[in-house]
Parts: sequence; C-alpha cells; structure tokens
Amino acid sequence: MIPLLAAESGGGFELPPIDHLFVFPAWFDDGLFGEGSILAFNRTSFLYLLAALITIGLVVAAFGNPKVVPGKLQAGMEAGVDFVKNSIIGAIIGPEGYRYLPLLFSLFIFIFVNNLFEVLPFINFPPTSRMALPAVLSLMIYFLFIFVGIKAQGPKYFWNAVSVPGVPKAMLLLIVPIEFVSTFLLRPFTLAVRLFANMMAGHILLTVVFLASNYSLVDFHSLYEGGVPEIAAHGWIQFALGIPIFVGAIALVGFEILVGSLQAYIFTMLAAVYISGSLSPDH
Amino acid sequence: MDLMILAQEAVVTESTTNLANGLVYGLAAIGPGIGIGYLVGHAVEAMARQPEAASLVSTNMFLGIAFTEALALLGFVLAFII
Repeated sequence: MIPLLAAESGGGFELPPIDHLFVFPAWFDDGLFGEGSILAFNRTSFLYLLAALITIGLVVAAFGNPKVVPGKLQAGMEAGVDFVKNSIIGAIIGPEGYRYLPLLFSLFIFIFVNNLFEVLPFINFPPTSRMALPAVLSLMIYFLFIFVGIKAQGPKYFWNAVSVPGVPKAMLLLIVPIEFVSTFLLRPFTLAVRLFANMMAGHILLTVVFLASNYSLVDFHSLYEGGVPEIAAHGWIQFALGIPIFVGAIALVGFEILVGSLQAYIFTMLAAVYISGSLSPDH
Repeated sequence: MDLMILAQEAVVTESTTNLANGLVYGLAAIGPGIGIGYLVGHAVEAMARQPEAASLVSTNMFLGIAFTEALALLGFVLAFII
C-alpha cells in the first residue's frame, strides 16, 4: 500500500539498470588503454590486476622466507596448501597429481580473492561476475587437460575421451557424439558459466537487498517526511518493513562469503577432475 | 490509430519478454532443485550410515552439485540474454 502510494506520487523504489551494476567506463579517454579500445582499462581490469598482486603478495609473504616455526600467515597459507593437496588433489587425482599443486593452489587463491572482493567494503564488486576472467581461466584448464591427455596417452587420448569401453559397437554411434559434445564443447562452457553466473547472481542479490533496505530505512523518509502528509504518517510501516530486509541483507553477506569460497573450491576441484580424467584412460 | 496499435504491440512485447524471463529461470530451476535435493539427501544418508567415509562422500557430493547446478545457472544466464 505504502510503496504503491509512493510510486504514484513520483519517486518510489527503483532498481538501477543491470548494466550499471556490471559495466564500468574506461579510466582514460583515448590512447591504447582508452575508451573504445580493446585494451580499455576500467575498474574491472584494475581489480583483476589487484587480485593477481594480492595472490602473488600472499604467497611471497608466506613462503618467501619460510620459518621452521611458522608465523600466523605462513601457518594459514600452509593450511590452504594442505587443503588443496589432500582434499582436492589427493582425493581426486592421487599422488601422481602433486605436480599440479602450484597451479591448482594459485588458481584457488586467485578465484577466492576475486570472489571476496564482492563483500570487501569500498570494492563490493566481484570481478568474476564479468565473463572475461572465468572464460580465460576455463580455457586455460581446457587446453591443459587436452595437453595432459595427449602427453599421458598419446593420440589415442581423443578416442579414449569420447568412447566408453565395454559397450556394443552399435551403441558407440550414439555414445561418441554425446561424449564429444559433453567433453570438448560443454566442459569449458559450463566451467566458466558456473563461476560467472554464481557471482553475478550474488552481486544482483546483494544490490537488491541493500538498495531496498537503504530505501526503506533512509531514502523513503527523507523523500516524503514533510511532503505528502498521508504518506509521512505511515512512514513507520516502511521503516518496520526495512528492518527484516536489512537483517536479511547482513545474513546474505555471510551467505555470499560461503558461496564465494565454495565456488573457488568447486572450480579447483573440477579442474582436478578434468586433469585426472586425462591422466588415465578409464572412465 | 496505427500509432496506438504499435504502442499496444510494444507493451505486449515487453510484458511477454518479462514473462518469458521469469518462466525461463523458474522452469530451469525445477529439475536442478529436485536433483540437488535428491543428491544431498542420499549423501547425508550415506554419511550417517558410514561416518568414516564422510570426506569421500562430501567431495563427490560437491562434484555432483556442481554438475547439477549448471543447468539452473544456464537458465539464469539465458533469462538475461533473452
């Protein structure tokens, strides 16, 4: 009732267009990194670089000068390495996968830092919610697992990847196209879309709940107090509606931290699964 | 007259697109919703029966969730593309 009245008298709660949440203008007007160039440098590019620097900085600070009795940072990072080594590589690939530990660990930390940018004050934007970064990371994994497969099994890898041993010859006519599409076309696509869509959905969700609570608790009252009297008299209803929204918004920040770390884990784990599928021919 | 018909068509097209967006995501969420519920339910059952296998089961559970969830996320992305 109250929001309806507010909407009729101009104003009202409006969400910004979706582009305003994800597309940022370039920092420079012209030149190589300017507006319109393929290398245009904007907030997203800056956050990519920042995440890479943080990843490098964390690893160098923790392991550049290792101590026998680890400090807080070194102990924390060692727990991370142990997690990737035992719960991801050890459980999925086995001991022969330890050579991929540096790649998978830095991948995990890099995606984790990118996802945490969503809830970091004054940044509040996950760069993984633009398709560029997930696409490049998943293409990297795509070429890696094909390369690993060719190296481990030779040219027979392509046949092993699309066929299933022990089925009748006639069934292969059906199985080979399906397996080909799912392994070589859908794998990189879903790997990228999974990370991208999760972070994009989280960013939209947080934007909606925080804008709604800001509108109900602050903007509504500054807009209508002293304006239309019948709306101002009912301002407390809008305020009471805003309190559960704000509490829910704070809970959703915690939920987004969970989603961000889970997505970093799942991306790393799927990369390990794809590598392990290329290392041995059986399905 | 023609202008009014055009305006009506524009309104119909926009509201149909909005309806389609909602339907695309809503319908795409049904299957993965059932799938993830079934998957996690059975994983919890397995962990309750054999607590010592919990880490193995949960790794595979997350793997299965990731594959199932992809369908819902495709619907989410398609809803924006339409």
